[in-house]
Amino acid sequence: MGLYIAKRLLAAIPVLFGLTIIVFVIMALIPGDPATAILGSYATPENVAKLNKDLGLDKPMVQQYFIWLGNLFQGDLGRSYTLNRPVLDEVMERFWATLILAGSALVLCSILGLIAGVISAVRQFSWADKLITFIVLIGISTPSFWLGLLLILAFSVQLKWFPVSGMYAIYGGGGPLDLLHHLFLPAVTLAAVATGVIARLTRTAMLEVLRQDYIRTARAKGLSERRVIYRHAFKAALVAVIPVIGIQAGFVLGGAVYIETVFQWPGIGSMLVKAISTRDLLLVQGGVLVVAAAYVLFNLAADVVQTLIDPRLR
Amino acid sequence: MKHFLAAAIGAAGLLLTAPVLAQTPPNVAVVGQIAEPKSLDPATVTAVNDFRILVNVYDGLTRYKDGTLEVEPSLAESWTISDDGTVYTFKLRSGVKFHDGSDFNAEAVKFNFDRMLKEDHPAHDTGPFPLAFFFSAVEEVSVVDDLTVEFKLNAPYAPFLSNLAYPTGLIVSPAEVEAKGTEFGRQPSGTGAYKFAEWEPNAKVVLTRNEDYWDGAPPLEAIVYRPITDANTRIAEMLAGGLDIMVEVPPDSLAQFRDNPDYQVLEQAGPHVWFLILNAKEGPFADKKVRQAANYAIDKQALVENVLQGTAEVAAGPTPPAFAWAYDETLEPYPHDPEKAKALLEEAGYDGEELTFYVTEGGSGMLDPIAMGTAIQADLQEVGMKVKIETYEWNTFLGKVNPGLEGKADMAEMAWMTNDPDTLPYLALRSEAFPDKGGFNSGYYSNPEVDELLNKAREVTDQAERAKLYKQMQQIVQEDAPWVFVANWKQNAVTKAGVENFKLQPSFFLMLQDVAKPQ
Repeated sequence: MGLYIAKRLLAAIPVLFGLTIIVFVIMALIPGDPATAILGSYATPENVAKLNKDLGLDKPMVQQYFIWLGNLFQGDLGRSYTLNRPVLDEVMERFWATLILAGSALVLCSILGLIAGVISAVRQFSWADKLITFIVLIGISTPSFWLGLLLILAFSVQLKWFPVSGMYAIYGGGGPLDLLHHLFLPAVTLAAVATGVIARLTRTAMLEVLRQDYIRTARAKGLSERRVIYRHAFKAALVAVIPVIGIQAGFVLGGAVYIETVFQWPGIGSMLVKAISTRDLLLVQGGVLVVAAAYVLFNLAADVVQTLIDPRLR
Repeated sequence: MKHFLAAAIGAAGLLLTAPVLAQTPPNVAVVGQIAEPKSLDPATVTAVNDFRILVNVYDGLTRYKDGTLEVEPSLAESWTISDDGTVYTFKLRSGVKFHDGSDFNAEAVKFNFDRMLKEDHPAHDTGPFPLAFFFSAVEEVSVVDDLTVEFKLNAPYAPFLSNLAYPTGLIVSPAEVEAKGTEFGRQPSGTGAYKFAEWEPNAKVVLTRNEDYWDGAPPLEAIVYRPITDANTRIAEMLAGGLDIMVEVPPDSLAQFRDNPDYQVLEQAGPHVWFLILNAKEGPFADKKVRQAANYAIDKQALVENVLQGTAEVAAGPTPPAFAWAYDETLEPYPHDPEKAKALLEEAGYDGEELTFYVTEGGSGMLDPIAMGTAIQADLQEVGMKVKIETYEWNTFLGKVNPGLEGKADMAEMAWMTNDPDTLPYLALRSEAFPDKGGFNSGYYSNPEVDELLNKAREVTDQAERAKLYKQMQQIVQEDAPWVFVANWKQNAVTKAGVENFKLQPSFFLMLQDVAKPQ
């Protein structure tokens, strides 16, 4: 197992390297440069040239890349032109915020999705199944940024139960309870779509497993229905669902961009969007690297968990 | 399963009982900003969003008189200008201290400008200073005595005093710049009405009252600036009570605040002009009659009312009315007259040749560029001008338009926000300002008379005399129609009803020195 994980991690390194090169090339190919973005209307060729020189951007792209790479090995991701602070500080702070949001959304959607899926499979065609399917379909088909705004209107503006935006209260905030309070609405919004996907998939997997012979055998042996469903059927269905949860982790990370914008959550998705529009190459580079590394790790984790549950895969 | 449900309900209950601190405390104003600031070092920033904080932390040698774009003394008590307009001598206010306790004096002023302009200055590496060219006329700053400082210019440059009032001219504490280096932008120190207290990235910037402010300590104890990039979220936060002041309210939402007695809505036209650059070098727009026809064909009133929903006024010429002293009141906007446009097109022998129109997706001061672009296209179609739109993202758009329209397009959207009536026409309407000469005259308009008026207006230091030259220039440019003059944007803000003395300025700066919020 340890060897397997080590191999997978090693294989990820060239992927990440390739990615940094692609980001560099794309950023070089799209028109516009940071100096133009900073100067806006005042971007005369003369002013742009001077500012690019001051920013160290007048060197050839290849040279810039190797300077960046050299610094990377020393743990230095450079300084953001648009934020005037070290990229590493910004990226880590932002990534941590996204991790909290996406992580809790993932936990939420996994738990809710599995429960809903199991209930609707076990009680197939009952009113509970129909109700769950109905809610789940609404969840899947609702654009998350719109859902977020609706939740804000209902629970923040009208009922005033939850704050509208941010991660901590502006005054006297800061504790874990304050964080949870701010986290609730964005996490629920972000989880909505993924919950639906997981619930639908769990339902299908469960239905398939419940038709298997060994389930009939288990029932025939006189095992309680509870035991049949949770011990025998659910565990087998989980094997099919886990990789989907791994993929959903990627969607949740990606979907976080909208949610972060709507709830003003200081995450890495909204940072990347801004960084790209202002041509802040180093910030884009640092952000993409961290997100990609996280994506690789999530998928690896999903595979490892799957192997642990299903001995056949070892 | 049951345990989980119980735990979930318990957690939800806990969340609901946690207090919601949506109401803001008395004597503290929470301002909704549109983005995270880049830096609080005034010499290094270019965005209005950052200026909204800076103008409350720092002072310049001059400032804009309340409600106008005319300069008045600030850190400089008075000044004299040499007869040839090249030497400015400032008498500085005495007894002023920076927030860190160091003295404001002539040495500090010299430090500020040398830092921006001299590459060998020890603090020049705390840049880059993208707008340093505002002061490119400055040849030498010298200390005459502790409270007298002299600026020597390389040529007469009348906008100098007004540039000193611009945020790029705000005075920072030399002691703190030396101590903090590039980190100064995150731990700033000035002489202004509010001191910097805290900057929590992506959450808030907090300023507190400067009890020793030379112009009288402000009524507010603190200001909190919160970056909220999404306009809908900003509105929700305002409605939930988490903001006291909010700027750049989308036009759709203004009405709901107007009808609500808990809020006040403010609007103020600023030094902004939205126009179409016409390619006067080649194609149909090389003919003045076709350019005038475009001005007649486009229904600016409808654009302002329907597309911009009353958040702008129809522009008459190249100079925004906010520059009251330099604006020619007699100028009437081109009326919407499709018949006249058709007649002019026929006179010019326009043969229905297709026109390429550059439209941007967004960008600073561009308002609603795509909707405006399509409305303009429809208006021109009406009089028989076939227009093909090409849409670009803002940075790409600038990269296409700023080097000039020749060989690429016949017209392009553009908007400028400036601090002096000199800036825009000088940079975008002179023959010497063609793109290949480093200017912004992307449509290649050239009229020697306008060139002369603009050059002369820089050399004259008397304001009334300058005003006369600018008014003449506006008459000629309107007649020549190098642009389609479309709109002047009105800045807006919404505040809670309990916020007192809040005003918007024509400079678009958010001056909070006199604002109070006792409740």
